[in-house]
Amino acid sequence: MTGPRTAVEDRTRFLVRRDHPWWRVLAVAGILLAWELFARAGWVPVLFLPSPIGVLREGADMVVSGEIVTHLAASLQRLVFGFVLGAALGIAVGVAVGFFSIAEAVGTPVIAATFPIPKIALLPLLILWLGLGEASKIAVIALGVFFPMAINTYTGVRQADPLLVRAAVAFGARRWSVIRKVMLPSALPMIFAGLRLGAGTALLLLVAAEMIAVESGIGFLVLHAGNLMQTTKLMVGIVLLSLLGVLSHWSLNRLERLAIPWRHDH
Amino acid sequence: MRVVVDRVSKTYTDRSGRSIDALRDVAFTVEAEEFVALLGPSGCGKSTLLNIIAGLLAPTGGGVWFDGDRTGTGDAMLSAMVFQEFALFPWRTAQKNVEFGLEEAGVPAAERATRARRYIELTGLAGFETRYPHQLSGGMRQRVGIARALAVEPAVLLMDEPFSALDAQTRQLMQEELLGIWDRTRKTILYVTHNIQEAVYMADRVVVLSRRPGQVLAEVPIELDRPRTEHMAGEPAFIEAADHIWSLIKAQARAAIAE
Repeated sequence: MTGPRTAVEDRTRFLVRRDHPWWRVLAVAGILLAWELFARAGWVPVLFLPSPIGVLREGADMVVSGEIVTHLAASLQRLVFGFVLGAALGIAVGVAVGFFSIAEAVGTPVIAATFPIPKIALLPLLILWLGLGEASKIAVIALGVFFPMAINTYTGVRQADPLLVRAAVAFGARRWSVIRKVMLPSALPMIFAGLRLGAGTALLLLVAAEMIAVESGIGFLVLHAGNLMQTTKLMVGIVLLSLLGVLSHWSLNRLERLAIPWRHDH
Repeated sequence: MRVVVDRVSKTYTDRSGRSIDALRDVAFTVEAEEFVALLGPSGCGKSTLLNIIAGLLAPTGGGVWFDGDRTGTGDAMLSAMVFQEFALFPWRTAQKNVEFGLEEAGVPAAERATRARRYIELTGLAGFETRYPHQLSGGMRQRVGIARALAVEPAVLLMDEPFSALDAQTRQLMQEELLGIWDRTRKTILYVTHNIQEAVYMADRVVVLSRRPGQVLAEVPIELDRPRTEHMAGEPAFIEAADHIWSLIKAQARAAIAE
């Protein structure tokens, strides 16, 4: 048969999502370059907007003088202690509330009532209880991490496939085995989502806690530099916080790939 | 060991408070080394009954007994289940899935590995030990399910429509393989299905259940030689048995559709 023909085209082409590695680099480099040029033009005093290269130079000086190491070490210590403590407690409580009906009856209303409290509001109380030292800082971070962890773990445990629980029991699993070999692995993706949420909260609370009665830490560095109008130093602190955030996100991703190998190798 | 299902009844209470009879006075026996198919229309409580036999559900009346000597069977379980939806642990490799029941029975790691190895080879899974379930086809997944059940060396193998989630060709091949495995291991098998051809092809005896409340309508012995081959589907004994069973449940199946 002859006559006009119409070719069939792939109508989904506009839906295809591609990777644009160059655009990623260009975006970051472009913003930095624009910022540098803007700062150099001298339209704004350095006091308000230091240049990226200036920040970099200041950062290098602070590394050499050891200032950064001191602050970073103090902050990391609080962050790690608070995060690990809060995450461990959150997972334990989440599993208990998810598995035992009595724990659920007790736990859900208590968590529902305490979860909405902004944890910063508890800092004065914690300082009253635990003193001005490290304990109150670690406690407020732990509290901030605890809630997303407990809630996510609980949700993850409750979402465990009842069929798999039944299969485990059919093959001889008792309570503890069901928790360890079915519920916990089922909850792992939710647990990692909780860790990610918790990492953000932890950073926020770290900076807040370090603005009260401390002599070290990145929060202190930022506040102190601001008070002295050392804007460049202040920017170094902010960049450090950004790096900490990126680093925690990256390491959680790596950890997740290790912990959940059955989800990442399709 | 033989399994005695002794006047088992199961009554559910639904959300509106009405009680529903799922099973009523179901009684039959599975002899040692026998392959029995449990067949019935959908909603006849076949799976409920299998769960009761596995100890995963309490009956409201009657009971299930395993007759026979249990000395010398070590850590062996009374029964092991093969699930319709496979029910493999997605976070465990094929090997680790097969080892699960042995872990729970407290079998030492080295012996676990050897025993898992034996059943992995028997079920044709060699070379796939380190795969996760999502990396396996449906047929391979159910092989893992069967190996997992065989590895605990149960007195009775309970199979809940094990091949109904597979495509027709895979199902046919898996049926043949299961018969081969049964021939080699001489397990007592209770095999739930709603497929008459499958029941007649595989079983020594077909226990036919009615629809709700499930009751035993008949026990149909299958007079076909072993080993069974697919060509037997044309033999008079095969056709006769299948026709007989169909005539028993035809009206019931029709009523189930209308429900």
